[in-house]
Order: sequence, then C-alpha cells, then structure tokens
Amino acid sequence: MYRSARYHEPLLRDLNEGQPPSPMPKIDVPKTLQRTRPVALPVLEELQLMRHFLHLSHMNYGVETGMYPLGSCTMKYNPKLCEAISQWDSFTLTHPNQDPLTMQGTLQLMYELEQMLCEITGMDAISLQPAAGAQGEFSGLLLARAYHEHRNDTARTEVILPNTAHGTNPASASMAGYSVIEIPSTPEGTVDLKALENTVSEHTACFMLTNPNTLGIFESEILEIARIVHAKGALLYYDGANLNAILGKARPGDMGFDIVHINLHKTFSTPHGGGGPGSGPIGVKKHLESFLPVPRITKKKDVFSFAYDYPQSIGKIKAWYGNTSALVKAYTYILLMGGDGLTEAAEVAVLNANYMKQKLVDSGLYDLPYRALRKHEFVLSADRLLNLKGVRALDIAKRLLDFGLHPPTVYFPHIVKEALMIEPTESESKQTLDAYIQALITIAGEDTSLSKAAPHETAVRRIDEVGAVKTPILTWKALETAVATPKKET
Amino acid sequence: MQFIPNSSIKQAMLNDLGVASINDLFSDIPPQLRTTALRLPAGMTQQAVEAHLRTLACKNKSFYELPSFLGGGIKPHYLPAAVKAVTGRSEFYTAYTPYQPEASQGFLQAIFEYQSMIAELTGMDIANASLYDGATALGEAALMCSRLTHKKTFLIPENISWEKKSVLKNYTHGAGITIRETSYDPQTGTCNIDALTRLITDQVAGIYVENPNFFGLFEDHVEDIAAAAHAHQTPFVVGVDPLSLGIVRSPGEYGADIVIGEGKALGNPMDFGGSTLGLFACRQEYLRQLPGRIIGMTKDQEGNPAFCMTMQTREQHIRREKATSNICTNEGLCMLAAAVHLAWLGGTGLTELGKQNFDAGHHLLKAITAIPGYTAPFSGTHFNEFVIHHPHASTLHTELLHHGIHGGLLLEPWFPALKDCILFGVTELHTPDQTKKLLTTLKEVD
Repeated sequence: MYRSARYHEPLLRDLNEGQPPSPMPKIDVPKTLQRTRPVALPVLEELQLMRHFLHLSHMNYGVETGMYPLGSCTMKYNPKLCEAISQWDSFTLTHPNQDPLTMQGTLQLMYELEQMLCEITGMDAISLQPAAGAQGEFSGLLLARAYHEHRNDTARTEVILPNTAHGTNPASASMAGYSVIEIPSTPEGTVDLKALENTVSEHTACFMLTNPNTLGIFESEILEIARIVHAKGALLYYDGANLNAILGKARPGDMGFDIVHINLHKTFSTPHGGGGPGSGPIGVKKHLESFLPVPRITKKKDVFSFAYDYPQSIGKIKAWYGNTSALVKAYTYILLMGGDGLTEAAEVAVLNANYMKQKLVDSGLYDLPYRALRKHEFVLSADRLLNLKGVRALDIAKRLLDFGLHPPTVYFPHIVKEALMIEPTESESKQTLDAYIQALITIAGEDTSLSKAAPHETAVRRIDEVGAVKTPILTWKALETAVATPKKET
Repeated sequence: MQFIPNSSIKQAMLNDLGVASINDLFSDIPPQLRTTALRLPAGMTQQAVEAHLRTLACKNKSFYELPSFLGGGIKPHYLPAAVKAVTGRSEFYTAYTPYQPEASQGFLQAIFEYQSMIAELTGMDIANASLYDGATALGEAALMCSRLTHKKTFLIPENISWEKKSVLKNYTHGAGITIRETSYDPQTGTCNIDALTRLITDQVAGIYVENPNFFGLFEDHVEDIAAAAHAHQTPFVVGVDPLSLGIVRSPGEYGADIVIGEGKALGNPMDFGGSTLGLFACRQEYLRQLPGRIIGMTKDQEGNPAFCMTMQTREQHIRREKATSNICTNEGLCMLAAAVHLAWLGGTGLTELGKQNFDAGHHLLKAITAIPGYTAPFSGTHFNEFVIHHPHASTLHTELLHHGIHGGLLLEPWFPALKDCILFGVTELHTPDQTKKLLTTLKEVD
C-alpha cells in the first residue's frame, strides 16, 4: 500500500529563528523612495531551507512518483538528458539581446526545431514564442484577426467551438475580442456537421477544434469540416493538446487546419513543472505566415539571425523569444526519438489507451459513452456507480490516491456524466496499466465508506475547498486577519 | 525503445484486444490523410544526442566566455545552488498543475509561501501564482483595470520596452482598450508628472509607471502620480524589478493598487529570455478580478492545515469565455525558484543584494563618464541600469565584441530621440576584472 510522507511542515516564516531585523544600510536613493526596514522575509540557514523544501517535495506527486494519467495533459516521462542539457551554461547564461552572432547554437536549434515541428504538423511556418498552450491559442486568434482584417473582411466577430472544447479555447477567443458560439456534438461524440453548417457564416472568424477531440475520438469527418468552414471564408484552428495521438500517423496541416498550436510540455515531453514553464508554438499555412509574431529566425549562408521586418506581423505576444529551456528540451527529445520513435510513441499511447479502455469496459463497472475506438485517451462515465452506490467520480479520484496512483482528469468534458478522462501515455508499462485497471475495479467493489472518506494515505485528508473560498487565506499575513470573502462586486 | 516499455509487447497486447494490427487502431483516420513516415532523422542514442548538442552549445557565448553589460530588463545574477537543488526535485518538476490538492501539498504550500513573500515585497494584500512574464503581466493588468473601472483608456510611459508595448497592444486590442503614452522629462529621464496628470481623466481605466523605469531610473514622484490617479478613482499600476525592493519602499507604501514585474531575477537564469516569471500582486478587493491561479490555506477533514487552488470560478476551466484570463499553464517552476531564492536571501540578504546592484550601477556609471566622450544624458537616480551617450555608439558595440566584451543595448532603434545612446546593465555578478576590461576597452576604442 502507498503512503505519502506526512509532515506538519511549518510555514517558512515560522522557521524564522527570530533574529533581530538588521538596520537598513544608508543608500542614496531618492528621499520619497527610502525604505525604512528590510522586507519582512524569513531568515534561515541553508540546511533549514533545504529541509523545508525537501519535506515539501516529499508531499508532492510527480510523474516519477507514479502513473499520472491526466486526460489531455499527456503526462509522459521526461527524459533526464533533456533536463540536463537545458541547464548547460551555454544555453542558460545568455542574454536575449546578445548579438545573434554570439548565439548561433541556440538560433540553429530554434531554426531546426521550427522545421521539425513544420514536418510533424504539416504546417508551413512556426513561431516558438508563445509561453503555453493557451497563449498559443490566443496568438493564433490574433493571427486570424490580422488575416481577416488584412482582407478588409471585418464583420467576423465570432469564434465557433464544439461543446467538448478545452476551457482555454473559449477563454482565449473571448480575450481576443470574439464572441463564442458553442455547438453540440453528435451521439457519436464528434462535431455535429449540421450544427456547424448552420452556425458558420460570414461572421465566423474561426472554428477551433481538437483532433482527436477531448473524448479521445478522431474527427473522421475532418475534411468535410474543413470544407464547411473554408466555404464561408472562416479559418480552421487546431488545438494541439492531443497531438501525441497522431504523431507520424496524420498531420493537422493535411487535414485542412490553417493554424495550430503545439504543447511542447505535453507531446514533446518538456515537463509541466507543477504548472509551467510551458511552451506553445504556433504553426500556420502560407497564407498566414506574414502575420506571425516577430522576430522570425532566418538562415543565410549558414548564419542564423532574428528578422523583424515583417510589416504585417502581429508583433510580440511575449517578451523575447519564448521559454527557451523548453525549446532545448523538445529539440533534444525529438532527436532522441527520431521520426520513427515519435510514430512509435503515438502508436503505443493509442494502444495503451485502448487496452485500458477495453479492460475497464469489460469489467462492467464503468460505461463508455460515444464511439468505441479511441486514440490516446478515453472518457469513462462513473454514473452507474453513482446511481448504484452513491460513489462519485470525485470519490474515485480521491481513492486512487490511496493506491499511489494519480487520478485522471474528472468532470471533463462536460458532456459525459461523472467523467473520468484517462490518458495513460506511451511511457507506462503493461504492468502499471494493469495495476491502474485493477485499482479502478477494486474501488468500484469496495465498501463505499472507503472512497467517500478518501484519501487516507496522502499528506492531508480530503480538503475543504469550499472553506477556502468562503474565507480566503492567501498569504501569511492574511492568517492573522482572515475574514469571509466580501460580496461579489456589482 | 528506451522510453516506450510496451513497444516490445505491442502485438501481444493487440492480440489480447482482438485487434489484428496497430493500424486498425487508426482506422478512423481517412486513408487519404494517413502519413506514411515523418521526414525526420532516425532516433539517436543519448550519447550521440548529447554530443550533437555539445557542438551547438559551443556556438553560443555564455556570460563567462563573453561578459555582457546589456540592460533591458534581463541581467545575469548569482543563482544559489540551493535553488537548483530544490527545482531539480522531480516531485516538483514533473508534476502537473495541482488539481489534486491532497497529492500536491508540497507545491501548494510553496506557492502559498511565494504569494506571501511577493505580497510582502510589493506591499500588496495578495499575489497570484505567476503569469508568463512581465510583459504579459502588463497586458493582464490593463485588462483587469478595464474590468474594474469599465473604462477603456490605459496610460503608459513612453519609455517602456517596445516588446512590452507590442504585447500590451495585443492583449488589450480585443477588449477595445486604447493605449496612450505619456512623455518623459528629457532632463531627468523620468516621468513628466505635469504631462501625465493632464492626461488623467475620469475616462482612464488605469495608469502604469515603472520603477525603476526602462532607462534604469527611479521614479521619485510616485506619490504624486498615485494621488492624481486616485483623485479619479483610477487604479495605479507599478512595474518593479523585485531586486530593487530590497532598497526602496514597496509600491504599496506609495499608493500602488496593482504591482507587476518580470520576476526572473529571483532564482531564474537569463535563459536567453526564457524561464520568465510574471509577478502580479494587488489589493484584496480586486480578488475576484485577478487573472491566473491563486492558492489558499484551508483545512482537511481532520482539521489539519492544508492548501488548495481557490477562487477557481474566475478561471477558464470553470468559467470558460467569462474567465478573467485564458491562462492555464503558468510559470510554476520559475515561481518555485523565486520562492526558494527569496527564502535563501531573507530580508537582509535582499537588501544587501539590492545595495550591491545599486553600488555596481553607480560605480560603473561614474567610471564610464570619467572617460572623455562618454556622457550620461539623464540626471535621475538609477539602479543597476543606466544610459550612456557616445558619439559612435554602434561602432563601439562591434569594437567591444572584438575585445571579448558585450556592450549595452543600443536604444536608437526604439527611441529615435536617443541617437547614440546605450543602455548598460551591471549586477553583483560582474567581477572587478570584467568591469576593468570593459573600461579599458572603452578607453582604447575612444
């Protein structure tokens, strides 16, 4: 049985030995800005500091702790070599405004990575600048706007997406100034072509789609979708969160997508870092290339440079050139895998998902709404357990933690009741998959008190998230003055 | 295959499923769309990949091979080994966003500590769990001001980096926000307070000032700007270099309502402009309009203190198109590095580091302007970056490179009025030898 470390680890400020605050040295800053005392930060010795953060690390679950099949997150193994190389001084101790002649190694790497990603996605040009998937989406929508505006096609105010879309899709569209229209899915779990045809119009800027979609189903009608969207002058956007499923098997560029984003921290194994830094390069077809962010990387006579002279460019989406260390890791990963290795990754990711799906459906405990064949992920419904035993998807998720397994994504996509969205990735062995399957079967058969009171073996027991909202304690200082949330402002 | 364990038992697993071939699992892809093979090199061994990357790495000149005195918002700083020792723990770096709090208490507590220290540093009530970088933090701040005030004009100083201006324009365009620039005083190099106050009307959603500003200068009229903003109920947004806060007052003390900044100087390497960290802190009453993640302290069912993501109804995964921002993945590990670095420094250490940077800047400015031909165009007090004028600034850059030194950033492309002006940056990391080499070379080329 698994058991997480459980420390009652004090807050950093309570580790403070209480040294008297040292007086401010005299510094000749303007009078209006004179600081009167040092910032109230804890004062620690390095050993205390290391013990604190080591204890915290022991109370944190990562891919190397155990299986982490969060759907749509592609929690694959992050090869150590990629990490090690990305930390070399030659890459990290470099200033973004250094003369490009002194940065030919990184520029070559970025240039070649762009080419690799073009080949993998079937797009014509790539910008590595966006910091994460959502920023890639946002950039892509700015490109769509620039494209339409350039053609004096200014009545396009809407973005359409299916009701299975990731939450970032509508949020990015809204931030880019578009109104969002959600269309339903068919009983097969795919885009409803009739609904799409009825919705797309001369007001549509873009249709955003993940393929395979968030149910893990490949949108087989993609060519027809592209035809419908393009016939009305709109663009087709590819959310690359699920690209791992089709590496070397099919390419968004061939399917008719005009803009794609790629999550390097998913498909190309740069780690998630507990929430970042990520990297969300965007790729486009020729007709959108002139709008890409600057700088672009160019190569002339074996010399790589940054080029800024693209008058139609949307400009910058992030300071400098992107999360460089993630670029180094992704490049290293692609070299390690090679074209064949990437294809093998997709094949085994899909095999692993379908293996787990089949075994769990065969158990008769979980249901699989929508079409049976899945790609890299599948979404089970635990609704039957809710009706039979009152056990919710959330309870199952918490109970999985007691088995030392990270739960799947739960309650997404919204069209599946009590959703468990499972993406095993190619990194896991059959043994691990079997253990995970067995855990889900065991949980379904257990006394419900176990799952409802779960987790039991983690650093803390089930957390009062409602209380956290009612009384927000967001800093050390607020601990002393915690009050209930003010009413929502009008 | 080193990273795909089931590769060797593919067929057995397929047989188990009653599937004849792996391609049957891809039968839902229309035949005309099936890729035959990726035109990429075959996979390489780890040793071969490492060797290849070494040849690339050799084509870069890092700080120790080519000492650089570039300013512009990024500078080299000393990174304590303890920071990497913590961020190198795979429990942290291979984790996802802490959606399952019971299995993520370590990271969640670390974020809570980060939020606490950033709030303390900036003098604000709350801080979020990071944005992408300082430039996007400015974009998010402008959007937040507009949501708070329902107004559509945002004031920025003329002298911020062109990259920030471009990012800001992209972030605010969709919301219909107009950006207006306020001029700087050509004598001091700091904000022209009279011009700024004239622009503040009841139609202004927010006012942004950087301190120190892009020319490295401290803005000393911040209280007047705060008063002018607040007279119109306009939020006052201040951009900071966190290291400067060891020696100057926190913006909260002089009336800031939102504090943002590029936080990479805390615990993160220059990384050629990657590994950025968007700082974002504000007043408690803005909580419901805050972009990005925030961690709260609560209890578990046994009453033990515990941490979780909170106020999630602001976020895209719940609120979708009505979210306060689209941000999902942020800069988690960079934030962890910042938390460790701040705790490693402590308050006194941060002050000492701030002082070292202040002194390094002042000594270098004094030494450069002592050389005939080099002048400082602005009279304001600077931190660790400063502007120098030299009649042949661009040839100077090439000459310095020949001598194995990287000079400052030429400002003329972005600020045409600053012909032949160079933005230098210097920190605690620059050794006396490196500085001496710079000064000797500057003398020689003149």
